[in-house]
Amino acid sequence: MARRRFLQRPSAVGGLVVVVGFVAVAALAPLVAPDDPSATSWSLIRKAPSLLHWMGTDENGRDVLSRVIWGARASLLAGVVSVLIAGGVGVPAGVLAGFAGGRTDAVLSRVVDAMLACPFLILAIALAAFLGPSLQNAMIAIGVTAAPIFMRVARAATLDVAASDYVEAARAVGNPSWRVALRHVVPNIAPPVLVHATLAIAMAIIAEASLSFLGLGQQPPAPSWGSMLNAAQRFLTQAPWLAVFPGAAIFLAVLAFNLVGDGLRDALDPRDGGRS
Amino acid sequence: MRRLLTAAAFCLLAGSAAAQGTPSGTLHIALREDADMLDPTLARTYVGRIVFAGLCDKLFDIDQKLAIVPQLAAGYEWSDPKTLVVHLRPNVQFQDGEAMDATAVKYSIDRHMTMQGSFRRPEISTLDHVEIVDPLTVRLVLKSPSSPFLSQLTDRAGMIVAPKAAETAGKDFALHPVCAGPFKFVERVPQDRIVLERFPEYWDAENIHFDRVIYQPMADTSVRLANLQAGSVDLVEQIVPSDVAAVKRDSRLKLAISNALGYYGITNNVGNGARAETPFGRDKRVRQAFELAIDRTALVQVVYNGMFLPTRQAVPPDSPFYVPQDQPPPRDVARAKALLQQAGATLPVAVDLLTPNSPDVRQAAEVIQSMAAEAGFDVHINTMEFASSLDTAQNGNFQAYLLAWSGRADADGNLYSFLYTGQAQNYSHYSDKTVDALLDQSRAVADVGQRRDLYAKMDAQADQDLPIIYLWTPKNIVGMTAKLQGFRPVPDGMIRLQGLAMAK
Amino acid sequence: MRGSLGGRVAQIVPTLLLVTVLVFLLQHLMPGDPASIMAGEEQDPQLIAQIRAELWLDRPLPVQYLHWLGNVLRGNLGYSWRMREPIAHLVAEKLPVTLQLSAMAFCIAVAIGVPTGVIAAVRRNSAWDYLATGVGLAGLSTPNFWLGIMLILLVSVDLGWLPPSGYVPLSEDWRQSLATTIMPAFVLGNAIAAVLMRHTRSAMLTSLDQDFVRTARAKGLSEGRVILRHALRAALVPVVTLGALELGTLLSGAVLTEQVFSIPGFGKLIVDAVFNRDYPVVQGVVLVTATLYVCLNLAADVLYVLINPRLRGA
Repeated sequence: MARRRFLQRPSAVGGLVVVVGFVAVAALAPLVAPDDPSATSWSLIRKAPSLLHWMGTDENGRDVLSRVIWGARASLLAGVVSVLIAGGVGVPAGVLAGFAGGRTDAVLSRVVDAMLACPFLILAIALAAFLGPSLQNAMIAIGVTAAPIFMRVARAATLDVAASDYVEAARAVGNPSWRVALRHVVPNIAPPVLVHATLAIAMAIIAEASLSFLGLGQQPPAPSWGSMLNAAQRFLTQAPWLAVFPGAAIFLAVLAFNLVGDGLRDALDPRDGGRS
Repeated sequence: MRRLLTAAAFCLLAGSAAAQGTPSGTLHIALREDADMLDPTLARTYVGRIVFAGLCDKLFDIDQKLAIVPQLAAGYEWSDPKTLVVHLRPNVQFQDGEAMDATAVKYSIDRHMTMQGSFRRPEISTLDHVEIVDPLTVRLVLKSPSSPFLSQLTDRAGMIVAPKAAETAGKDFALHPVCAGPFKFVERVPQDRIVLERFPEYWDAENIHFDRVIYQPMADTSVRLANLQAGSVDLVEQIVPSDVAAVKRDSRLKLAISNALGYYGITNNVGNGARAETPFGRDKRVRQAFELAIDRTALVQVVYNGMFLPTRQAVPPDSPFYVPQDQPPPRDVARAKALLQQAGATLPVAVDLLTPNSPDVRQAAEVIQSMAAEAGFDVHINTMEFASSLDTAQNGNFQAYLLAWSGRADADGNLYSFLYTGQAQNYSHYSDKTVDALLDQSRAVADVGQRRDLYAKMDAQADQDLPIIYLWTPKNIVGMTAKLQGFRPVPDGMIRLQGLAMAK
Repeated sequence: MRGSLGGRVAQIVPTLLLVTVLVFLLQHLMPGDPASIMAGEEQDPQLIAQIRAELWLDRPLPVQYLHWLGNVLRGNLGYSWRMREPIAHLVAEKLPVTLQLSAMAFCIAVAIGVPTGVIAAVRRNSAWDYLATGVGLAGLSTPNFWLGIMLILLVSVDLGWLPPSGYVPLSEDWRQSLATTIMPAFVLGNAIAAVLMRHTRSAMLTSLDQDFVRTARAKGLSEGRVILRHALRAALVPVVTLGALELGTLLSGAVLTEQVFSIPGFGKLIVDAVFNRDYPVVQGVVLVTATLYVCLNLAADVLYVLINPRLRGA
């Protein structure tokens, strides 16, 4: 039922195709990329796109196309891993708050309020800078900062489910709380969490690109779209192609995840029309 | 628009004024970043020193050939190798009207030595105490003979602050500094501008041809260039090499290029904690191989359009302490590989290169990484903001550190603290008796030629051990409107306002 | 109603207290010794010890926290380590710049987002709807800083219409000021426009479906009148409150936008502070933004209740 609803939306299917394409390119980067993304050539500094180098070469004479392809790895990895971290922290906390209620809920909710009060990117930048710049730390920083929203989503969904008849019935029979939570609540909050996770990947890809753009993400010579844009900014007038392609890649990947997320929401969770 | 009109208006005025000798108009200077505290005792940044050049005169200054010339001092003599007698310029006033005399000089130097958080104390640590001889003479008594001591007084340690103002303001002196320089402090809007206004009672007032100076931090290189081209700033303290062509193309602009005092190099961890316990830290042949893997000329060509100077020394060629015969070895990958084999290193040799997070330095690190790979090194670049990279280096959490030093007028300021056993900036924890002895001897000797020979001997030893692989000498590339006249390019990169004037 | 609002106000106190704990811990998360970082190039041990004592870094953490909190409550956010400038002064200096940018961005966002949302809802499932939805999604998916770079390339480098970056204050020259801020404001407003468009669309769809709109139609009012006078007015209620919440997004977005356009605002202040390890500034700025955000949240709640007649009785 849900699958059919998803497949009926051309935009969602298109998004899914692009996502699969990016995943394939990232996974097969060694086979797909025409060149070694780190191979420098002092005679090919900042050459414009040509038949030999479709997207031109960068400030160290490296092939931009190959770097965009390898950059997909860093971006997708960062998107998925940081969302896993955020979900891994946020969802259990949300279920706990929603299910236990009372003081636990109040405390957890205030902590989440406090974290959400600090602007997302500012918190992520501060965390990433203080942990030290690396892709791994960028993922942790994004994951931690994104966790509170997961907590809210999971908590709201848990409250919904916990009020349902079968959960009350399971409780009435005398099942211990943890069991009811695991057997009945968790499976039922999956749809909204999944929808949010897909949209969160889109946001995490932008966040990783932003951190890398500030020099806080992927370290050289390994490419990431954000760090390529960082390097490109120095040569905006002399070599504009350096800025165009990595940015277009981010845009496409993020757009695709957003389309898939929207499609999933309409298919799984048709009540909520808007996006917040 | 209004700014352009006023600019045009004051150009006209400045033209006629320069002819008559009365100062007028405003000079807009773009800086690469914002200055830190405007207190000569507490300040740390390079750009802060540029602002001080307008605000605070020093006992001594350096000229274009790096010779020491008197500024607030009228002259000096060494009455013995440990005693420096400084004669002060008469009739000099601070910007609040207080007299600049021996008491003020003693006050300022004592302040540098004792104030909490002073960054000057390590610079003048050889000083024992200051004596007032008469109102225009002070005697500086050192703990031990030190030929480089005088050159410290050409920088912030030689700046004299107004005692009454400093005493009243205490730690807040930086918010409204009072000195004896050509311009007095008006206001500061952090990250936006620092405004100074001509001090009419300045002792050298006839060489000052502007009413106001406004320093504006512009971190982005293209912003600096765009503002210079648009005429909204008159002088840009640093133009990056990739923008040099654009300035040269513009007939309304001109450049003044000089070698800087400092260097860029790779500081290698040879004894600073556990990270030194690697073939790279333990065996000098591995470091020699690393040096031979680097093509300095190509490196400078790729990153700086060939504008900077490949070097193997801590001092620029302009320095009297430069050793002409000590030239960088040409790249030799075969010999590098042979050296690695002799050292019995397992390939690839991993090297962790700590790199401050500025785009050009990061690019240089990537070039080094690529060059070293061909000789059998696997360089891992670890970028970090500058402040924390220093902290990391201090704690020994690195193998190699791509570090720049802004440089001091005397070679001692580029060498002693970096190479002498146990010194503060010796991140490498290099320790060699010969090098220590030669550095000490050079401090005790006054003759420049003799000191250079001692440094040449020291270089020979350090080139073998390679605690630091010197890579290139940067340049001060100052861009300005073609109408600006009288700019003196001094290697320290400071912008001296004396003599600067706007022509028609 | 009064009770629930009072409850909301009471709730922000623990939230803000937690924010202070969070902000304080942020500094202590980082590796390395702030005193030695402050000591800079010449690592003098005596100096490091002095700095440590001066900043209370040699006391236990809870003592440091209470000391700092006490100062904050007395309105003293501390001093910038780097410039020795009071942080309250820095905030007062930089906030107006970002507020100007945000206000312009918000106007742009409303000007784009609300009309397209209305059109998309009224012409539901038409080509217009798909176009508006698609453009909105594209706006959401464009990284701010990349859009900024592309605009600089196109508008400043190629066409030479606007200065590529820099900032002139409104008080100095309003025309120059607008010229330097219009591009970054557009970049900032773009993402918000997409969000507003989506909210407007769904709120309009809901209100077009409601009885009072049907009644208005039945009375024979013209369609334009029905849409503008009745449906849109009802739809604007959630849009206005959600819009207020987007100001938080604006502050976040300003960080990179100000970086790209070299605008000396709040975002640039915090990025520079992070990179220079000027912790008191980071703490102060995060605290101020969080407080602003919490208060805006509250204001949005109040606004929602005030303009929504149906909730007034509840």
